[in-house]
Amino acid sequence: MSTQESRKERIDRGIKVRSDGLYALMSWRELCYLTLPRFILITGMLSLPFLVPDMYWQRVISIVCIYAILALSFDFMAHYVGLVSLGGAFFIGTGGYIAGILNTYFSIPPFLTVPLAAIIGGGFCTLLLLPCLPLKGVYFAIVTLMYPLFMARIIEAFDIFGGTDGIIGIDSFSSSFAEQYFVICILLIFLFGLRRFVTTDRGLIFTAIMDNDQAVKASGINITKYKALAVYIASSMGCLAGACLTHIYMWSGISQFALDFSILPIAATVIGGSGTLVGPILGCLILVPASELLRDFGTLRIAFYASILVGFILFKSGGIMEFGQRKYEQFERWTKI
Amino acid sequence: MEILVYGTINSVSLALMGLGFAMVYGISRVPNFAHGALYVICGFVTWTLFHKIGLPYVIAIILSLGVNGALGMLMYRFVLIRVRGMNISEIIASYAIGLAILEGLRFGGFRGMTYTLPVFMEGSIMIGPVPVDFHRLIMMVIGILLVAVLWVFTHHTRIGLALQGMAQDERAALMLGIDSDLMAMLAMGFGAVLAGVAATLILPLGNIVVESGYHVLIMSIAVCIVGGLGSWMGAFFAAFIIGYAQILTVVFIGSHFQMVVAILAIILTLILKPSGLFGQQKELEERV
Repeated sequence: MSTQESRKERIDRGIKVRSDGLYALMSWRELCYLTLPRFILITGMLSLPFLVPDMYWQRVISIVCIYAILALSFDFMAHYVGLVSLGGAFFIGTGGYIAGILNTYFSIPPFLTVPLAAIIGGGFCTLLLLPCLPLKGVYFAIVTLMYPLFMARIIEAFDIFGGTDGIIGIDSFSSSFAEQYFVICILLIFLFGLRRFVTTDRGLIFTAIMDNDQAVKASGINITKYKALAVYIASSMGCLAGACLTHIYMWSGISQFALDFSILPIAATVIGGSGTLVGPILGCLILVPASELLRDFGTLRIAFYASILVGFILFKSGGIMEFGQRKYEQFERWTKI
Repeated sequence: MEILVYGTINSVSLALMGLGFAMVYGISRVPNFAHGALYVICGFVTWTLFHKIGLPYVIAIILSLGVNGALGMLMYRFVLIRVRGMNISEIIASYAIGLAILEGLRFGGFRGMTYTLPVFMEGSIMIGPVPVDFHRLIMMVIGILLVAVLWVFTHHTRIGLALQGMAQDERAALMLGIDSDLMAMLAMGFGAVLAGVAATLILPLGNIVVESGYHVLIMSIAVCIVGGLGSWMGAFFAAFIIGYAQILTVVFIGSHFQMVVAILAIILTLILKPSGLFGQQKELEERV
C-alpha cells in the first residue's frame, strides 16, 4: 500500500521545442507562439492609459511604472551582477532631488531634467557606492540600506534643499497622457534593453562576477570597473524613476528617501519572479494597485504586503513568472512509477 | 563629568539593544532584522498586561519576556528555518516580519504619547555635579550584570557551550551531536528575550512608540557592525565607542547629528574594515 503510485512529469510542449530552433522563422504558428507574451505585455502596457477610467487611477499607472523601473534595476543588480542593494530609496531620492534642484534653481524644463538627473544622479550614486563595491552579501545589503537613511538625516541636519519641507513648486509634465506614456515607454525600453544587454559580452562578465568573482579576477578582468558600470546602470535607472516621481508630484522631499522605495520593489521582484526581469514589472502591476486599494486601512497595507512577501519567499520562491513560464512551455501528466 | 556619566548610560543602553542582535547573528548567522519589532512588541505586551489586565509590574515584565522569547522561537521555527543560509532571503524575510509587526501595531491603535511604563524606582542621586535618576542607574547595573551572566552562561553551561560550538563551527558541532536547528531556535529565543530586556529597561524613560522599532534596529546594527558581526564582546565595546561619540556630538555639534554618527559609523566600518573591531570572520571571506 504505497501512497505514491504515480508521479507528475513535466514535458516541454512540441511547439516550444520547435520554436527554439530554426522552425521559429519558418512557420507563423511558432512565430506567434514566441512573440505572443511580449506582444501582450507591450500592447497591455501601452493601452493601460485608455483602459483606466479616472484621473486617480491614471496617476496610479505612473506610480506603478516608477516602482517597476526601480524593481527592474534591483532585479538586474541582484540577479545578474550579484550585488543585492536594499537602497532603492537612495536612487529615487537622489534623482528626485537633482531633478527638483535643476528645475527650480536653474529652471530647466522637465524633459531635460529627467535625463540629466539620470546621468548626474547615476554618477553621484556610483561615486558614493564605489568604496562599498568590494563588499559581498549581507554587508553590501546593510550598507546600501543605510545610505538613504544617511542622506535623509544629512539633509535634515544641515537644513539644505528646503530641509524637512522639501523643494516645492516644481513643474509637472505637460499633460497626464504625456506623463504616462513617458514613463511607460521608458519602462519598456529599459526592460527590453536590459534583456538584450545581459546576453552581450559585458552581461556575461556580470553574470560571471556573480557566480565566481575570483575566477573573473584571475582571468585579468578588472571586476571593480564592471561592478561600477553595473551600479551606474542600475542607479541611473533609479534616479530617472525618482526624477519622474518628482515631476509627477511637483515636489521632492525627505520622504523620497523613505523605506517604502526600498522594500516595495524587492517585494515586487520576489512576487513576480526574481531573475526574470519581466517578473518585477508583473509584481508591481499587482502590488501597487493592491496597496492603493488598501489605502483606507492606513499602515495596515505595509503589514499586508510584508506578509505577502514572507509567504512568497517561503512557499513560492520562484514567483509568478516562473509558474507562468512553466505552464506556457510545458505540459504535465501523471505517469505510473 | 556630564559627558562621562551620560555617555556611559547611553553606551549601556546601546549595548542592551545590540546584544540580542549580536547573539542571534553569532550563533545562527541569521541577521534578525525583526529585532526592533521584537523590542517594541515587548513594550506593548508589558503595557497591556500592566495597565489593561492589571497584573503586578514584575509579573507583567516576566510574562512579556516569556511571550517575546516564544515569539522569537516561533519566528525561527516557522519562517526563518526555511530560508536559513540564503543571506538575502533571510534579510528580506525577517525584515518583512518586523515591518508587518510594527505597522500592524501602528494600525492596531498603538500610537501617540499615551503609552508609558512606570520607572522601577523614583528619585535621583547626584554623581558629582550631575543628577542621575535611579532608573538609569538600575539600567546600567542590570546591563553590566547581564553581560556578566551571558558570559558565564556561554562558558560554563551545557547549552551555552553548545551555542558557542555552533557559533564557531556549525558542521563540527553537528558531528558532535548538537542539534543545530534546535540551538538556532534557542538562540533566536534568547535574542528575542534580550530585546525584551532592553525594552523593559529603556522604555520607561520615554513613551512607547512604533518608530523606536526602526531606531533600535539601526542602532543595534550599528553596534554589531562596528564591533564585528557575531562577536558579543565586540558589540559591547562598540556600544561604548558609539555611545560616547553620540553624546559628544550632541554636546558639541547638535542633537540632529546623533543618528548621522551611528549611520556614518556603519558605513565607515563596512568600507574600512568589514569584519569590525573584534570580528571573527576572516577578511577574505567577505571581501573580494
